[in-house]
Amino acid sequence: MIEVIGFKKSFGTKQVHKGVTFDVKKGECLGLIGGSGTGKSVILRSLIGLEKPDSGKIIIDGVDITKMNERELLEIRKKVAYAFQNGALFDSMTVFENLAYPLREHFHLSEKEIKDRVHDQLADFGLEGNEFVYPGNLSGGMQKRVGLVRAMMMNPQVILYDEPTAGLDPFNTKKIQDLILRLKSRGVTSILVTHDMPTANAVCDKMAMLSQGRIEAQGNMAQLNQDERGAIAKFISGEEF
Amino acid sequence: MNYFAIPLLAFLIETVTFIGGLGILSHHVFRETISGKTYWKLISEQIYQVGYRSLPLILITSGSIGMVMSLQFGLGLEKFGGKLYVPKLVAATFLREMGPMFTSLMLAARVGAGIASEIGSMVVTQQIDAIRALGTSPIKKIVIPRVAACLIVLPILATLSNIVGNFGGLIVGATELDLDPSFYYLKIMATASLEDYLSGFGKTFFFANFISLPACYFGLNVKNGAKEVGIATTKAVVVSSIMILIGDFFLSKVFWMIAKWV
Ligand SMILES: Nc1ncnc2c1ncn2[C@@H]1O[C@H](COP(=O)(O)OP(=O)(O)OP(=O)(O)O)[C@@H](O)[C@H]1O
Ligand SMILES: [Mg+2]
Repeated sequence: MIEVIGFKKSFGTKQVHKGVTFDVKKGECLGLIGGSGTGKSVILRSLIGLEKPDSGKIIIDGVDITKMNERELLEIRKKVAYAFQNGALFDSMTVFENLAYPLREHFHLSEKEIKDRVHDQLADFGLEGNEFVYPGNLSGGMQKRVGLVRAMMMNPQVILYDEPTAGLDPFNTKKIQDLILRLKSRGVTSILVTHDMPTANAVCDKMAMLSQGRIEAQGNMAQLNQDERGAIAKFISGEEF
Repeated sequence: MNYFAIPLLAFLIETVTFIGGLGILSHHVFRETISGKTYWKLISEQIYQVGYRSLPLILITSGSIGMVMSLQFGLGLEKFGGKLYVPKLVAATFLREMGPMFTSLMLAARVGAGIASEIGSMVVTQQIDAIRALGTSPIKKIVIPRVAACLIVLPILATLSNIVGNFGGLIVGATELDLDPSFYYLKIMATASLEDYLSGFGKTFFFANFISLPACYFGLNVKNGAKEVGIATTKAVVVSSIMILIGDFFLSKVFWMIAKWV
């Protein structure tokens, strides 16, 4: 479903990715870990064309998106959703309008259907009653959850989660794990960027670790759990490597 | 040597980048205007923001400028017994230059700054990225409504400015220059021509783009942080004011040439 081959990207003189290669099969969930600033968010942003790699290929559903122009990318973005690290909500719109935005843009729904869908989703996340609040007045964790809900509104085939559980309480973390699992059981492919190992263990099929511009190590969960000397195990336990 | 050369070079590069960037932005705006759906609701919201909310500013400045012009022309011409020409002079200058020009400059300050800072902060808070990530186009959602609103609003505001400016002139004519208001009014009507009006009116369509496009450009090119939003805002106002002032000269020439032809 997703294939990244030899992905390279620099900002100015700083080379962040020196050739990243990995793939995610349909219905799988890949956990992407790595130190802060190693370029995990940049990879996710590139997967929906918000950022263009300097070289390398990004193949989604059989097509290379690095050659697409902005108009062609709009179609990709209906299939692939990106849940921003900080929510990236529209601050001039209420929570309701934020969530209704993708529905109004891409579906022909009646006002009542939009209302019902938004309410259902909000209730699902324990966010009911906040419909008419502006994002600026929500807590960081709430903004993040609303952002996540907004990304899912279009029933995408692929979801890219950028640290969805960072800064959330255990109860909401559990809810997000359940959500990811639920979507996965529906066949949604996903990439989860996270530092939260319990969540990664709960939802991921495999893990990849980004370090110094490359995928330093990868493997499926069973392999990783056995290998206590590997780079990923060291990263998780906080050792230097 | 380097103290001058380096900033100069930086300035040149920046100018070339700006001209190129503005060209590309205009191209995108044009292409996306003629294809796909149009967000009428967003355009009307912007018309309210850009137009209706600028109304007090434009009316007050135009009124004062008209009054000052009438006073200065009146006192200056009185010595030569030319007071009777005040209505004609004020009307012609206002319709051709002052109305469109001051309206545009005021709008560049008020609206240009607003657009640049709003878009700039949307970039910083990743809202522009979010628009793209949700399968929509920031050009269509953000830029086109603002460009369209300026194009619709500026000619109307300039026309209102003409009316209020001349009215200001009339008041001062009556109170300070002892000109009979009905004489003043008839004089405007008799001397001001449609050509005067159209030459000013025509410019406003260019000025509207000189305001909205640079503001959108500088806003969209903010990379990070609140400081850059401030810089972008300043640049938007400065650059559009310069474009208006320089453009005005060339447009005036062009309109004179057209007037000669027809
Ligand atoms: N637009 C940009 N301009 C310049 N540098 C950038 C830009 N975007 C990202 N970078 C740089 O790329 C590197 C990777 O950034 P990225 O946000 O992907 O890190 P990350 O792995 O997601 O970190 P975190 O875990 O803290 O979110 C950083 O060093 C950052 O400074
Ligand atoms: Mg990140």
